[in-house]
Amino acid sequence: MESKLRIEAQHLRKHYGDLVAVDDVSFQVLQGECFGILGPNGAGKTSIIRMIYGFSPMTGGVLKVFGLDSRKNMRAIKAGIGVCQQENSLDPDLTVRQNLEVFARYFNIPGPVAEERTEKLLRFMALDHRQEARAIDLSGGLMRRLVIARALINEPELLILDEPTTGLDPQSRHQVWSRLEDLRASGLSILLTTHYMDEASRLCDRVMIMDHGHVLVEGEPAELVKTHIGHDIIEVAEPTAELRTYVQSRNWRHEDLEHRMIIYVEEGNNMFHEISEICGKAGCMMRMATLEDVFLKLTGRELRE
Amino acid sequence: MTMPFDLSWRFWRVWQRNLTVYRENWHINFVPPLLEPLLYLLAFGVGFSTLVGPIHYQGRTVSYVRFIAPALIAINIMNNAFFETTFASFVRMYFQKTFDAMMATPLTLEEIITGEIIWGATKAVIGTAIMLAMVSLFGLITYPSGLLLLPVAFFAGFAFGTIGMFFTGIVKNIDLFNLPMFLFVTPMFLFSGTFFPLENLPGWAQTLAFCLPLTHLANICRALGWGVYHPSLFWGCAYFVLFILIFYPLAIRKMRRRLLK
Repeated sequence: MESKLRIEAQHLRKHYGDLVAVDDVSFQVLQGECFGILGPNGAGKTSIIRMIYGFSPMTGGVLKVFGLDSRKNMRAIKAGIGVCQQENSLDPDLTVRQNLEVFARYFNIPGPVAEERTEKLLRFMALDHRQEARAIDLSGGLMRRLVIARALINEPELLILDEPTTGLDPQSRHQVWSRLEDLRASGLSILLTTHYMDEASRLCDRVMIMDHGHVLVEGEPAELVKTHIGHDIIEVAEPTAELRTYVQSRNWRHEDLEHRMIIYVEEGNNMFHEISEICGKAGCMMRMATLEDVFLKLTGRELRE
Repeated sequence: MTMPFDLSWRFWRVWQRNLTVYRENWHINFVPPLLEPLLYLLAFGVGFSTLVGPIHYQGRTVSYVRFIAPALIAINIMNNAFFETTFASFVRMYFQKTFDAMMATPLTLEEIITGEIIWGATKAVIGTAIMLAMVSLFGLITYPSGLLLLPVAFFAGFAFGTIGMFFTGIVKNIDLFNLPMFLFVTPMFLFSGTFFPLENLPGWAQTLAFCLPLTHLANICRALGWGVYHPSLFWGCAYFVLFILIFYPLAIRKMRRRLLK
């Protein structure tokens, strides 16, 4: 049981009829790390998470959580994880406080202990001023904070977050991130899905980028950026034919997006100077490469669904 | 793929959750079982009974009001349990995602479904207790046997809850509940020996009525409400045991297929 691995997934598969949602995916989540699963809609992120907490039966593969086989020990596994699902599943008729207390009972947490933890979590997630409000009356940001507080009621060893900040305003997102950073610092292992690359870069020690049920790459965010993109990027708005010809003639790695050109900067090369000569300083900008560049490069730019 | 049946006492946690929500709105929840019997007794007892006169039933002569009073309790048991495990459970499952949240805790699907059905049975008991008190004010129930209607409400409520949950497992959307309401509940309400003795019906209709659960529940309620230990009491109980043995596993199976994807 005292394994360093919180999750060990080997050759996971999930089929829905003819649709293959997860196709031979293997990964590990280590003790104390934050692991991110990234991918466009329909990549298979939520399917993987649902298999971990027993909502979806696996089609194939082996899944161990806390060293326990998920086919045999699901109840014990679920006692040790906290899950924050994508869809809001709060009890709308109950107050913020009651939502936490009712949830504690599902884990057989004794009343006084549940009360103590409720107090602590209300303060931690900055919900104490609204504790008597009904869940249905909360704003989106408060609801999400309550869902996260609820997922922590059993003091889990592993926190699973399925798109924790989708639909939140920037203030709420940063608030949630800050709390998640607190949790990570306290040694909690976190598994997170997101399609916000800034979120993944900020929170995750390691990420795995998926598409169409497959794993494309896995690694540390900064390492992935370095390997797949490099250090910097030059973006040109409304590139002219002259610039296009020039970039092609120099044989620079680039992407041509009709209204925008993205050029990958090579080390020790004064590319920005050369390009701004052609299109003027206002028409182009140089910035650091991000995980989003990696993501778009690997998963492509065509729309999903 | 077959999965093992995993049920522990933890299903009370699901029941407890529903009780917590019920207590938040108890003042509203109390009104229907309080007023409904009064409306029926007023309509049928005062308005209708003068047209009907006394009823001859199982070798006894009873007033029409006394005839329908236990049947009203039977109908109330059916309605409470069936409504709770159809419309109310569907709202929790589909709109509030309550079951999804529960599935991420140590609760199993079997415990969630069982907790829901037992909650439906509990609602039937609460409704019966209130109704019993109201009807007894008019001296229409014989005691102490009338008190046995409370455990009967739980037992029969559980049975009606299993078939309600079975429908919840198969309907595509909440409007489709109108189908079992119209084809199952309403005919039972009218033709289960509730408002007139079954003997008034042609033979084939009697046979049909004998297959329906409300017929048996009305029989049980009459026997206990009048303090007459008629053999139909035994047959009624046997019927419900069989009913639960069929529909409880079926409800679990349908809900498993619906929820676990």
